[in-house]
Amino acid sequence: MGKLQHITKGLVKENPTFVLLLGMCPTLATTTSAINGMSMGLATMFVLILSNIVISAIAAYIPDKVRIPAYIVVIATFVTLLQFVMQAYVPDVYETLGLFIPLIVVNCIVLGRAEAFANKNSVVDSALDGIGIGLGFTMSLTLLGLVREILGSGSAFGFKFIEGDGILAFVLAPGAFLALGYLIVIFKKLTSKKAE
Amino acid sequence: MAVQSTFKNMSLCLLVICLVCSGLLAGVYALTKEPIDAAAKAKNEAAIMEVLPETAVTVEEERTVEFEGASYTYNLAYDEVGNTVGCAINVAPVGFGGPIAIKVGFDVNGVIWNTKVLSQAETPGLGAKCVEPSFSSQFKGFDPAAKKLAVKKDGGDVDAITASTITSRAYTDGLALAVKVFQAIAQTPMPLNE
Repeated sequence: MGKLQHITKGLVKENPTFVLLLGMCPTLATTTSAINGMSMGLATMFVLILSNIVISAIAAYIPDKVRIPAYIVVIATFVTLLQFVMQAYVPDVYETLGLFIPLIVVNCIVLGRAEAFANKNSVVDSALDGIGIGLGFTMSLTLLGLVREILGSGSAFGFKFIEGDGILAFVLAPGAFLALGYLIVIFKKLTSKKAE
Repeated sequence: MAVQSTFKNMSLCLLVICLVCSGLLAGVYALTKEPIDAAAKAKNEAAIMEVLPETAVTVEEERTVEFEGASYTYNLAYDEVGNTVGCAINVAPVGFGGPIAIKVGFDVNGVIWNTKVLSQAETPGLGAKCVEPSFSSQFKGFDPAAKKLAVKKDGGDVDAITASTITSRAYTDGLALAVKVFQAIAQTPMPLNE
């Protein structure tokens, strides 16, 4: 498999949100607007790349039976680092995402990539895998956030183009499930056509 | 993959990982502590300036006042010559999704100058609108002596947010509480016009 494929597979073939259906908790909770979705995606990508690199580097020295706790500690460390740094230098972004940053620790995507990819592959490949999956996640969250923002608040990336409110339900939890469901349908339709 | 798991190497491995990670975290914590505190302080001061008259130039250290068994924090602000121009009181009434932290600014006559939501967890699209000017601007210059701090449904003079009566009530109750706290502060020997 070429190096480039490690990146591109995360976008479509192994898209974490629409194909693997991993990390649903932050996906549903943070995508109330396109900006929120994108920030969450980028924060997760940052943790994913770093944790993939470190885990692929130390995997050979970790006894098999304690690998999960070891990975979790590594991931939690990066998340906390991210939290400190965001709080110190970009307090505004931290304000909107604050609540969800700690949730990255228990994001299935991060642990899933550590377990399924990083501990079997080289550091470079794992970093590329982190970039690819991270980009796929960011893209999906931005898209889902954009759809919900357009339908729910009548704006896109914070720019209002319809006066008044949209369909409120799309900003709330039920709308998250609805929008995600329809996006998965569209995604499957598009990708299955490509395969034929 | 990996090493044979024995009790010894499992404990050792986790010990080393935890040590390295906590060391790293302690380092970054020490590095970021100052900017984090500075950011929080700047944000608090900006919020105080926002709820008080423009003539305020210096903000005093936070003070606390006891009122009906609970304690509240507030800041006094002064103009260029050192006269008190107002007082910003922090209240946190419980809304639909938890406490709503509000800073309420009063001028020296006890009229609400402005209010600002510091943090809230109300329903997005409904109660969360309490941060928007469409709701909060009605409290600018609200004189609690002349008008009643209660939503119209309860016979007061406050327009509630559509479909968010609980949030609107909580916000209004918070302000009513701040008014009482202000009166308590005004009565203490530490006068507003020193």
